[in-house]
Amino acid sequence: MRRAVIAFTAFLGGLIFLLAGPAHAGPADCQGLRGTLKLQGQPVNGAKIAVTTEGGQPVKEATTNAQGIWDVQVEQPGKYKVTLDVGSLPQNAEVRGGNNVRTPTVYEGNCSTVLFALQPKAAPGQAPQSDGGTTFWQQAAQLTFEGVNLGLIIALGALGLSLIYGTTGLTNFAHGELITLGAVIAYAFNVGFGIQLIPAAIIAVIVAGALGYGQDRLFWGQLRKRGTGTIAMMIISIGVAILLRNLLQFFFGPQTENFNDYVTQPGITVGPITAAPKNFWAIGIELTVLVIVGIALMKTRTGKAARAVADNPALAASSGINVDRVIRIIWTAGAAIAALAGVMLGLSQSLKFTMGQDILLLIFAGVTLGGLGTAFGALVGSLVVGVFIQVSTLWVPPELKSVGALAVLIIVLLFRPQGILGRRERIG
Amino acid sequence: MDWLTILSTTVHAAIGWETVVYGLAAIGVNIHFGYTGLLNFGQAAFMAVAGYGLAVTVVVFNLPFVVGVLVGLAAAALLALLMGIPTLQLRADYLAIVTIAAAEIIRLVFRSVYFKDIFGGSDGRRGFNGDFYAMNFLYDPGRYGIGPFGFDERTMWLLTVGWAVVLLCCLVVFLLMRSPWGRVLKAIREDEDAVRALGKNVFAYKMQSLMLGGIIGCFGGFFYGLYNGSVQPDVFGTEMTFFAYTIVILGGAARVFGPVVGAMIFWVLFVFVGNLLAELVANGYIPFMTNIQVGPVRYALVGLGFILLLVARPQGIFGDKREIAIDAR
Amino acid sequence: MRDDTMTASAKAAALAAFKDMAREPGVPKPDPILVVDKVVRRFGGLTAVDVDHVEVQRGSITALIGPNGAGKTTFFNQLTGFDTADAGAWTFNGRAMNGVPAHRVARSGMVRTFQLTKALSRLTVMENMRLGAQHQVGESFWHALLPPLWRKQEDEITERAEELLARFKLDAKRDDFAGSLSGGQRKLLEMARALMVRPELVMLDEPMAGVNPALTQSLLGHVKDLRQQGMTVLFVEHDMDMVRDISDWVIVMAQGMVIAEGPPSTIMSDERVIDAYLGAHHDAPLSESELEAQLHEAEAALEAEIEEETQK
Repeated sequence: MRRAVIAFTAFLGGLIFLLAGPAHAGPADCQGLRGTLKLQGQPVNGAKIAVTTEGGQPVKEATTNAQGIWDVQVEQPGKYKVTLDVGSLPQNAEVRGGNNVRTPTVYEGNCSTVLFALQPKAAPGQAPQSDGGTTFWQQAAQLTFEGVNLGLIIALGALGLSLIYGTTGLTNFAHGELITLGAVIAYAFNVGFGIQLIPAAIIAVIVAGALGYGQDRLFWGQLRKRGTGTIAMMIISIGVAILLRNLLQFFFGPQTENFNDYVTQPGITVGPITAAPKNFWAIGIELTVLVIVGIALMKTRTGKAARAVADNPALAASSGINVDRVIRIIWTAGAAIAALAGVMLGLSQSLKFTMGQDILLLIFAGVTLGGLGTAFGALVGSLVVGVFIQVSTLWVPPELKSVGALAVLIIVLLFRPQGILGRRERIG
Repeated sequence: MDWLTILSTTVHAAIGWETVVYGLAAIGVNIHFGYTGLLNFGQAAFMAVAGYGLAVTVVVFNLPFVVGVLVGLAAAALLALLMGIPTLQLRADYLAIVTIAAAEIIRLVFRSVYFKDIFGGSDGRRGFNGDFYAMNFLYDPGRYGIGPFGFDERTMWLLTVGWAVVLLCCLVVFLLMRSPWGRVLKAIREDEDAVRALGKNVFAYKMQSLMLGGIIGCFGGFFYGLYNGSVQPDVFGTEMTFFAYTIVILGGAARVFGPVVGAMIFWVLFVFVGNLLAELVANGYIPFMTNIQVGPVRYALVGLGFILLLVARPQGIFGDKREIAIDAR
Repeated sequence: MRDDTMTASAKAAALAAFKDMAREPGVPKPDPILVVDKVVRRFGGLTAVDVDHVEVQRGSITALIGPNGAGKTTFFNQLTGFDTADAGAWTFNGRAMNGVPAHRVARSGMVRTFQLTKALSRLTVMENMRLGAQHQVGESFWHALLPPLWRKQEDEITERAEELLARFKLDAKRDDFAGSLSGGQRKLLEMARALMVRPELVMLDEPMAGVNPALTQSLLGHVKDLRQQGMTVLFVEHDMDMVRDISDWVIVMAQGMVIAEGPPSTIMSDERVIDAYLGAHHDAPLSESELEAQLHEAEAALEAEIEEETQK
C-alpha cells in the first residue's frame, strides 16, 4: 500500500499547490509558466528547469528556490516545452510516470502552472526503475500484492452486500457507510480513548454488528413488514447513506486521519515484495475471516438456512426456517464484516468520512463482476477488481485507477451481464 | 440573529438559480424515474458534461458561447448512449449501478491532474459566461425588486432565461406524456415485458427517455456554470443526483409540475434550515456545534427527510394516493 | 355469444384437418402457421427445451400440455423472442423467426400473453388497450409533440378498443386503473389487449390460472371466438377440462421434449403421456379421476408458486 500512500501524498501536495496557486498569482502582467516542486510535501530546492519554444528554441532556464517554486516569464503567448533536469533532483527523487517534459500553453496575460509530481525512488536495495525488464515484473509483483490486499478488503464489503442482497433483495447503497462506521468507531476507541488498535478494532466490529442488528430490527425489517418493494428500498438506502455519511462527517470532521498504532513500520522484503508487516497481517486476517464465513455458510445450520432463504424465501419459510431471524443474523454479520473492512482500509490507507462511499463503487464492481447475489462470485469479482486496480497503475495515473475498474464493470455488463459466475434469469 | 437575511435568502431561494438548476435536473429525473421507471443515479454526470462541455469549448478552444452549448448538448446525448447501451437491456438495478459509476468516472476524469490542461483539475474552469450576460437585452444595470427582496440585472437575466427554459421543458413533458409516446413510456415503467409483447421496441423508448431526461438535466448544468461563472468537478457529486430525486419525490413523481414545485419547496427548506442553524450557532444558541458542522447537519436532515418522505408519503406532497409512485412494483 | 352453428363450422373445419393424422410427435400438418425445428435451450447443465420438430396447424386451437417443469413456458419464451435459444430454427408464416427480438415477433403477428398476468397497473383499462394498436404515428418522439398529427388515429384506435372492451364486458371499467381489476378481469384485459395488435397467432400462457370459476366459461368462449375470427391459438394449460373442451389438437411436452401429439379425446390415454405425468414405473394405468387428481395437485402447486411470485 506504500505506493498508494505515496500517490496520495503526491496528490495532496498537488492539491496544496493548486490551492496555493491563486494566492500568488500575480497581477495581470503575469504571462508565463511557473510551478512548485515538492517531494512528499517537502519543497525541492535547486532543481533546474529549462523552457524552450515548441520548436526547441531556448527561452529561459530557472532553478527552484527554497520553497520549491520556479517562475519563467515569456514574451509571446503560445505553446512551450518545459524540461525538468532529472539530474538536478535530489538523489532519492524521481518524476512520477518518468516523463520529465511538459508542453503547456501560455495564454495572453495569464500564468500557467506546470506540474511535475515527484515520488521517492524505489526502496533501497531495489534496482532503479530505468533498469528495464526485471523491475517491471518486480513492480508488477508488488502491485499485485497490494491489489490482493485491496481486493480482500473489497471482498469483505462485497460479502455483506451480496448476502443482504441475496436474502432481502435490497441493493444497499448505504453499505459503504457501514464500512466507514467501523473505521470511525475503531478510531474513536483507538485515538479517543487510547485503547490499542487491536482491541479497539474488536470493539468496533462488535458495536457495528449490534448496530447492523438494530438497523434491520428497527428499520429495514419494519419496511419489509410493510411490503415495501425492493426498488423503493434501494432508493431509501441512498437516503440512509446520505444521512449516515453526514452524521459521520459531523462527528469525525472533514479531515483525513490515521490510527495511533502501526502507522509507520519498517518494510520487510519477501521475494520481490516489500511491505510493512501490517499489510501481511491484514491479508492474513482478511483471508481468515473470509474462509470462516465461507465455511459457516456451507456447514452451519444458519449458513444453510441463509442460502435457502437467498434461493427462495417463501419456500424456506414454509420449510420451517425462521426467515426474519436468518435475515437479522445476516445483517449483524454483514455489518460486522463491513466494519472489519473499514478498519483494514483505515490501516492500509487512512480514514475519511467518504472512505466507504469511495470504495462502495468498487464493491459494486466486484459484486456485479461476480454476478449479483452470488456470495462466492462476489469474492472472485472483488479480487479481480482489487488486483486490476493496483496493477493498472503500471500504465494508468494512480488518480485514475478506479476509473479503469468502473470502466471494466461497464464492459463486462455489455458482454456477460450475468457476471462471471452468475446465472441467466427466466422470464414469464 | 439576523432574521432579515434569513427571510430574504429564503424567499430568493424559491425562485433563485438553485431552483432553476435543480428543477431542470429533477424534470429529467422525473422523465427517467417517474415516467419510465429508469433508475438513473448519474444525473449529475449529464449536468457535469454539459457544464464542462460549455466551459472547455469557450475557455480552452476559444470558440463562441453557442458552440459551447451545442457541445454540451452533444456530450449529454453521447453520454446517454454510452450509459444506455450496456444497461437498458438489463434489470433496473444494473442501470442504477452503472449510472452512479459513470458519474463517478466522469468526476474523477474532470478532476484528474492528468487531464488538467483540458478540464483544469480540481479547480475546474472559469470565465466562460461573459457572452451569456452580454446577450442581456432586457435589464439595464441596477437592482430589481421590492424592499429587501431583489436581484441585480445579471441574476435577473439568468433567472428570466432559466425559468423560460424550465417552463418550456414542462410544456414538452406535458405534451409528450399525454401522447401515445408517453403512454409507451408509462407502460414500460409498469412492465416492460408486456410492452415488448405488444410489439414496441422497449430498448429504443428507454434510450429516448434517457436522452431526453439527460438533455433536460444538462440545461441545469449550463445554468449552474453560468450563474457561478465556473464549474468544479466536486460540485457534480452523487449528492446532486440525490437532491434531484428528493425533489421529484417531494413534488410527486410522474407529475408535470411536480419537479418544479418540489424544487421550490426543497430549496426554501434547505436554505432556511441552513441559515437558521448558522445564525443559531453563530449566536451561541447551539453550544455543541461549530459553524463547519452546519453543512453536514443540513445534508443529514435532507437524508432523513427523504427517508421519512419515502416511508410515509411515497406519492409526494401533492401526489395522487391511487397512483402511489413506487410501491406498485 | 356468437352464432353457434358458425362456431361449429369453424371447429369442424379445424377438426377435418386433423382427421386421420398420425399421433406421432412432430407429425406434419397440412397448413402449418408455425414450424419448429430442433430448438434447444440449456440452463447450465439442465436442458430445459429440446424440441426436435413440431408444427401448429393454421386456424386451429392447439393445446400445449405437460407436467410441471416440462419446459412449456421456456419453449414459449424461445418462440416469442423473450429468451434466446441455444440452437434451432423456427418459421412463422414461412418467415424465419429465430433471433428476432420480441417486439418484432409481436409485430409480425405472433402475440403472446403471460402466465402471471401483466396488466399495466397504473394505466387505465383504456390506455392498456390503446397501447396494443400497431403503427401509431404518435408513438414516434417528434410526432408526439404535435397532437394534430395523431389525434385522428387515436380516435380510431379508441373506437376499436371500445368495441373489444364491450365484447370482453370490460367497458364499464374503461377509465379504472388496470391495477384495480380482479385476477380474471386482468386475464380478459390482457387477451383483449393482445387482440389490439391484430395477431394471426395468439399464444396464451395458462389463460385459466388464477381465474375465478365464474369467469372460466366466458374466457373459454373468447378463446373459441378467436378461432372463429380466423386466428390460430396455441395455449399452455393445466386444466384438462378446458383442454378437452376447446382444443382441436394437443401437443404433450415432458422434460423439454415433445413426446406425443393427438386429439384431446384420446391423448390422455396415450401410454407415453401417462408415463410422463406419473413416471414410467407405475403399476397399472390410472383411472381418469386419479389422473385428474394428479393434475389438480400440480395445478395447486403452480398456483402457490404464482401467489408467491406476485407477492414479490
